Amino acid sequence: MDMAVRSARVALVGNPNSGKTALFNALTGAHQKVANYAGVTVERKEGFIRGGEGRTMSVLDLPGTYSLRARSPDEEVTRDAVLGRLAGETPPDVIVCVADATNLRLVLRLVLELKAVGRPMVLALNMYDIAQRQGLRIDLERLSAELGLPIVTTVATRRRGVDDLVAAVEAAAGAWSPGAEMAWTAPDAAALRGAAREAERIMKACVQPPERPDTLTGRIDSVLLHPVGGLVILMALLFVMFQAVFTWATPLMDGIEGLLAGLGAWVATVMPDGIWQSLIVDGLISGVGSVLVFLPQILILFLFIILLEDFGYMARAAFLMDRIMGGAGLHGRAFIPLLSSFACAIPGVMAARVIDSKRDRLTTVMVAPLMTCSARIPVYTLIIAAFIPNRTVWGFANMQGLVMFGLYAAGILSALVVSFVIRRVFWRGAVEPFMMELPAYKTPDLRSVGFNLWLRARIFLERAGRIILPLMVLIWVLSTFPYPPEGATGPAIDYSFAGRLGHALEPVFAPIGFNWQMVIALIPGMAAREVAVAALGTVYAIADPESATSLLGVTLAAQWSLATGLAFLAWYIFAPQCVATLGVVKRELNSWKWMWVMVAYMFGLAYLAAFVTYRAAVALGGG
Amino acid sequence: MSDTIRLSQARRGDRGVIVQVGGHCHHDEHALELERRLLELGFVEGARVELLHEGLLGRDPIAMKVDDMRVALRRHEAAGLTVRVEPAASGAAAAVEAARVPA
Ligand SMILES: Nc1nc2c(ncn2[C@@H]2O[C@H](COP(=O)(O)OP(=O)(O)OP(=O)(O)O)[C@@H](O)[C@H]2O)c(=O)[nH]1
Ligand SMILES: [Mg+2]
Repeated sequence: MDMAVRSARVALVGNPNSGKTALFNALTGAHQKVANYAGVTVERKEGFIRGGEGRTMSVLDLPGTYSLRARSPDEEVTRDAVLGRLAGETPPDVIVCVADATNLRLVLRLVLELKAVGRPMVLALNMYDIAQRQGLRIDLERLSAELGLPIVTTVATRRRGVDDLVAAVEAAAGAWSPGAEMAWTAPDAAALRGAAREAERIMKACVQPPERPDTLTGRIDSVLLHPVGGLVILMALLFVMFQAVFTWATPLMDGIEGLLAGLGAWVATVMPDGIWQSLIVDGLISGVGSVLVFLPQILILFLFIILLEDFGYMARAAFLMDRIMGGAGLHGRAFIPLLSSFACAIPGVMAARVIDSKRDRLTTVMVAPLMTCSARIPVYTLIIAAFIPNRTVWGFANMQGLVMFGLYAAGILSALVVSFVIRRVFWRGAVEPFMMELPAYKTPDLRSVGFNLWLRARIFLERAGRIILPLMVLIWVLSTFPYPPEGATGPAIDYSFAGRLGHALEPVFAPIGFNWQMVIALIPGMAAREVAVAALGTVYAIADPESATSLLGVTLAAQWSLATGLAFLAWYIFAPQCVATLGVVKRELNSWKWMWVMVAYMFGLAYLAAFVTYRAAVALGGG
Repeated sequence: MSDTIRLSQARRGDRGVIVQVGGHCHHDEHALELERRLLELGFVEGARVELLHEGLLGRDPIAMKVDDMRVALRRHEAAGLTVRVEPAASGAAAAVEAARVPA
């Protein structure tokens, strides 16, 4: 009775990489809450579908696992969701076990374990297109009888079998008699062996080996996993990725910039001069616009990460990097979170959940924000364009590109050093296991890549709207009011709240060469790094209305010394200026202490680096 | 004659059948946990394994085929697995063969 009123809840469970998220996307389309991660699922994610007769169903996408006996935090999410152990949540009404039809052995054991949970269950044999291409013959009827479960074949990326799946889920939900107990207990080694034997028997009985087995994966691996060649290819891939971020994006960025400039000019002509025009043009368009411009770069970065993930390369990268990163005290699996951190530290910190061991995870989380995230790109690009000559050096390299590369390298190097220190100081010698499946290579599906990119764009734009826009209005207010007294001589902004605050804090930052405008920009920049650029834009536009018409970079080049510009860059390598990241770190490590340790060490490094850079540059004549 | 080795001692191209998962001592909590994880990843007695790739430093970690899937682990974990190596496919000859016939 309860069932008819409440919408049924369905959970997608299965081995990693079996296509749960793809199936989730096929089921829910755009009706999902957007979360901030790429690639591997580490968090539960909910969406809604319409079943037959207008009923709605809620669908949960869960992290992949081999067993409910969770060994890492992402797998704990799955266990707790399946068993209904999450606060305020009941167990799902139906479990959909998503299986990669071409790789059934391990999931069959998981199915046997899930059956013990005692909920209605449907088995989705996903990637059925690949199974058919390989000529894999699965006796569906026999398999269904052996397991005692309804089976649906699906191709999540093509939305094939989705309606059948919904129908099967509704039938299973309807046929269920509540009251059955949750009977799961963690299996011991003997139980695991027994289940594996049973899975093997079912496999032999129902599945014929493929007529055309996948030989491509082995051939690609012999190149990509070559001890030396594989590493060279990995480095080349990373090089191309960062090159692309800076070269492919330029035309798009110029386009967006042009559009925004046009918009600002148009607003300035149609609106009367005065305070509202100033709010719209100086506050909103130049503030938010200076952040919006970076959408192309961020999407290109994510495009690479999503493509590598979908292709199946990420696990290989972890394999290649394991021992090398091990030298710095990092786990091979940390490679993926750290690579994601180049896009944004938040998904990076969350992706660290795939690391089983607490210590390895903590180290990874602590250094993830040192990776140059895309929010630093606006700051770096602006300062580099203003202060570093666009010159060719050594015949082939671009000077600006080299500085950018140096900033990335500084971030990576400092992460290695910090993790090495953490290992040395806090725990010595502990070796944690590294074991992971190397999935078969797949051609990425363009539609699902596009869909995932669109999700990223949505997150970025929502962030620009929800965080950056209000902050820009606030900065505009603070740097506009109060008005200067009658007969004041200095620029108006000197008399505003922001101006006074900047002047008050200036002594703290004077040793590292920062002026008060920069201090003002740093304050809202605590919320998000890229805001600093927008804030500088607003502050300088208000301080000097003339400069509002020229590009911010030109203004900065005229107002700052080279040493100041370089010190600002050095500061930005380290400063933990992102409240959202700090919040996620606190949540993921469940510790205020470690979050404050992070704040302290990163600000310490930032101040030190800016100080050294500034002093050195001044000594060399850049003051 | 076939002989058994620990998987951690295997070299590229070696193949065989797993005869034992987990150590002999069943008191160590760590060893028990490792055994269960290996079982969950498909390393069960009777499974066929073949060592496909080795890492650069210390030939570690190793990538192997376990029945029909591929798994990577460190040699440290692989020490928990005892394998009966197929004689014909052991040693250098196997490496040559593995290079010629990709898995
Ligand atoms: N050819 C084909 N590819 C698929 C199918 N379903 C998913 N994929 C691809 O398989 C890869 C993995 O899919 P995901 O949906 O991310 O897998 P997942 O189960 O969510 O993985 P985790 O979150 O890591 O557990 C992606 O590249 C998908 O595009 C399918 O039915 N056919
Ligand atoms: Mg997923």
